[in-house]
Amino acid sequence: MTFPDDLYYTKDHEWLRIDESGEMATIGITDFAQSELGDVVFVDLEGEGTDVTAESVFGTVEAVKTVSELFAPVSGSIISVNDTLESNPELVNTDPYGEGWMIKLQLDDAEELNSLLKAAEYREMVGA
Amino acid sequence: MRARMMPFAGFDMPVQYSGIIDEHMAVRNAAGIFDVSHMGEFRFTGSDAAKTLQGLVTNNVDAMYNGRAMYTVMCLPNGGIIDDLILYRESEDNFLMVVNAANIEKDYAWIEEHLTGDTTLRNESENVALMAIQGPKAIEIVQRLTDLPLADLKFYHFLNAPAGEFFGCEWAIIAATGYTGERGLEVYCPPEKAADIWDAVIEAGRADGLLPAGLGARDTLRLEAGFCLYGNDITDQTNPIEAGLGWITKLDKGDFIGREAIACVKEDGPERKLVAFKMIDRGIPRQGYDILDSDGAQIGIVTSGTQSPILQCGIGLGYVPNDPAFTAAGSAIHISIRSRQLTAEVAKAPLHKS
Repeated sequence: MTFPDDLYYTKDHEWLRIDESGEMATIGITDFAQSELGDVVFVDLEGEGTDVTAESVFGTVEAVKTVSELFAPVSGSIISVNDTLESNPELVNTDPYGEGWMIKLQLDDAEELNSLLKAAEYREMVGA
Repeated sequence: MRARMMPFAGFDMPVQYSGIIDEHMAVRNAAGIFDVSHMGEFRFTGSDAAKTLQGLVTNNVDAMYNGRAMYTVMCLPNGGIIDDLILYRESEDNFLMVVNAANIEKDYAWIEEHLTGDTTLRNESENVALMAIQGPKAIEIVQRLTDLPLADLKFYHFLNAPAGEFFGCEWAIIAATGYTGERGLEVYCPPEKAADIWDAVIEAGRADGLLPAGLGARDTLRLEAGFCLYGNDITDQTNPIEAGLGWITKLDKGDFIGREAIACVKEDGPERKLVAFKMIDRGIPRQGYDILDSDGAQIGIVTSGTQSPILQCGIGLGYVPNDPAFTAAGSAIHISIRSRQLTAEVAKAPLHKS
């Protein structure tokens, strides 16, 4: 199970990759999360242009047996949604940090990132 | 074999091994083996065993013969379903009843109160292991492991393996029954022999694509087949007529518990009916979601739902008013999923094309 060092993590098992500008985050669920869920068969995401606040629901991910809500790690505006997941939800399992990404968020306040977990902290939390 | 375990009805049960979809497809295309030893087994013996059973279940026990299996339900006097079960007639005074794990104690207590004449009831659940080997190649794979004539077994028939003839088992029942909508077998045997049989079947079927399968795939397979799950689609609050189980309810066989109430429902027509449906819009129906009409009014409830690995869309079972506008194949209904009204189409079970 991998947890890349260059990502931020949340206790709700999401990851964030911050781009060079420091103002945009790509968000998905972690390797641990996809492994716990099993086969992901459906990903339902809020649309582009939606404003989200930290801890609000920005979508749901469904495995064969379960429905899980996705919580925005930080506040911002959704500027891009991974439409590929509509027809290929299994990318969340096969490439959670790459093609399985879910949304790109324009951050409201980069300071919010300070409250997120580093890879080592997340790894410790999930006991992996 | 690494399985993800989950508590179920007091047992630690394998939910999945390699993954629910992999396991599901293996059963549809080749074969899968399930450990379902948690199921309950009751033995009925004595010269009045058949009479006792005839009074307890809705299907006609007198139509059975040695080596015949029968699907049926037990009902309360008001017609509510206590459990669905399979009966196996080994001889005229010896029957095996297989019930749902979660209902073992409830069923046993109920049956004990309703024994008639010379009938002895024994709960053998602790002394019986059960493995289901299911799929188009299942029988062929198990046949490689035994000289018993499995290929001759007709659907819902079984054979008793003579002592020592099947993996050295003192006894074993090999039945052409199952819960997947595929051809296949269910093997009942002493628990101490189960691991040997499990390993041998996995080995024999490896090249064919046989996989060990868990409760997750068992559920998606039975839903595609349109089979009811006790606790979801049928409960003590549902009767066999509305659940679409009229075909196992023989009102003319003589008296049985619940007959009068069920006859009334049949006479008047049930108020609601269990239907199978598939999603037209993208979305997965789940147990407890509301079923709506085209105006958005609630007309029923989803009792089981999942994503179908074969159809690649959401499928489910649910109760709707007994009106052809909602029950006829092709009727449009709507499912409320996260406060959206998504369109589904009522379909005839089985939902998959085997």
